[in-house]
Amino acid sequence: MQFELLATAAKMALMLGIFILGVAPIMLWVERRMSAFMQDRPGPNRLGPLGLVQGVADAVKFMFKEDVTPAGADKPLYLMAPALALIPALSTYVVIPFGPDLTVSGKTVPLIVSTGGAGVLIFLALSSLGVYSLITAGYASNNKFSLLGGIRASAQLISYELALTVAVLAALIPAGSFYLPDVVSYQQKHVWMFIPQAIGFLVFLVAMFAETNRLPFDLPEAESELIAGFHTEYGAMRFATFFMGEYISMTALSMLAVTLYFGGWTLPWVHLTGWLGAIVGLTVLLGKVALFMLFYVWVRWTFPRFRYDQLMRLGWKVLLPLAILNLLLVAIATLAGWFPGVG
Amino acid sequence: METAIFLIFAALALGSAMVVVTHKSPVYATMSLVLTLFSTAVMFVLLGAPFIGALQVLVYAGAIVVLFLFVLMLLNISKEEHQQEGQTVHRWVALLGAGAFIGLVVPLIYRATQSRNAGALTEEFVSIREFARDLFGRYLLQFEIVGLLLLVAVVAATVVARKPPAAPSGVAGADSPISEVEP
Repeated sequence: MQFELLATAAKMALMLGIFILGVAPIMLWVERRMSAFMQDRPGPNRLGPLGLVQGVADAVKFMFKEDVTPAGADKPLYLMAPALALIPALSTYVVIPFGPDLTVSGKTVPLIVSTGGAGVLIFLALSSLGVYSLITAGYASNNKFSLLGGIRASAQLISYELALTVAVLAALIPAGSFYLPDVVSYQQKHVWMFIPQAIGFLVFLVAMFAETNRLPFDLPEAESELIAGFHTEYGAMRFATFFMGEYISMTALSMLAVTLYFGGWTLPWVHLTGWLGAIVGLTVLLGKVALFMLFYVWVRWTFPRFRYDQLMRLGWKVLLPLAILNLLLVAIATLAGWFPGVG
Repeated sequence: METAIFLIFAALALGSAMVVVTHKSPVYATMSLVLTLFSTAVMFVLLGAPFIGALQVLVYAGAIVVLFLFVLMLLNISKEEHQQEGQTVHRWVALLGAGAFIGLVVPLIYRATQSRNAGALTEEFVSIREFARDLFGRYLLQFEIVGLLLLVAVVAATVVARKPPAAPSGVAGADSPISEVEP
């Protein structure tokens, strides 16, 4: 019991430390430097080598700024909203496997925090709660633009969650399990899922951007129409918390994408076990997630924003039917035995 | 440890449910409902049914209550919904509903405390595989009927929400049949 508690705590600390808390400052730097690179300008390059310490300076600035609550704001909800952005995003990583089983002092330790069978459902359930932060922020700020942002967020996130969930379900069918390590080992044995399920992956990819409010789907904060949308009235560290929440949910969804479609922590034809396997697995997962994060930035600075009606039409009339079609195809293919390793 | 978790979330579920019923602001009531649903989901997980718990959060907290909030914000309800006059009928109906609910629950609780052979939940009983087998095997007909019912509800909602078809050129047009002829 004690051993298991200790192991779980260690795994949580590792995942939180590397993927979650390391991500926001690094992504802040990556996003600014990469956007600068794409626009042929240097970007912030003064503080530290390559401007790497800029994030620290920004964090310090955010922390020492005055914390303002607008008059007429619904104070409890206003103060709660940034925390609501962070909590679901910080807890979804528990169902992501990040290495092979380890043997520590005679006991097997699976390198995943939560070993419950509901697996990916926990991920979807927790990440579906993230929308409340946007809605509460929009409602509690006592600002028309914030309210519009909040309303947009609630409609957008529900619409795209459907397509995302259906795409995820299809990706689970060949492995026959909600438990993500099973999905990873299926992909290692047979084929990475993005090859047989290209349609499902495409749907997942588009829905992923909408679920994290990133361009081209950042309608809840569209600065050209809504100032800053749901977080217009937020400043200082509270604004930074929304910012962190966004990056962390991007990381979480990237981890899910990698685990479902790109073999998770495994590499094809490489079978390592023990501590070496654990370190390599973690590095591989980190590398794949990093590629997804770069993709996020690349897309953001490439595509213009969608109009709101286009967004809704795309979600309901294109993505959802595509996702259902994919689910149907995968189900038929599985029953017909076209997937390798499925009887 | 499990007892502690149970106690915390039982208290949370009951407390937030009280807030849902009693709070004047509809937005606060709805947010408390999220907490109630989440706490009940934790109960399901403690009982060994994480699938039901996850679905509860995913479907109810993650989608349906969001729609509640969406409607609340569209209607732009003021912070404190004032008590309306003449609510005696409402109160009697509410009392009747509560009485019926208690009438349903009390026998269940009584039976649960009487029978000692309920037995612990087993892995086979609550596993997703068995659940799916029951749902899509033994109870397939009932499942499909529920699906049909929901489809009917969706169609009905669409019909209600649809804009009325363009009025046939009003009352004046009815008098002079010539104006009804399409160009």
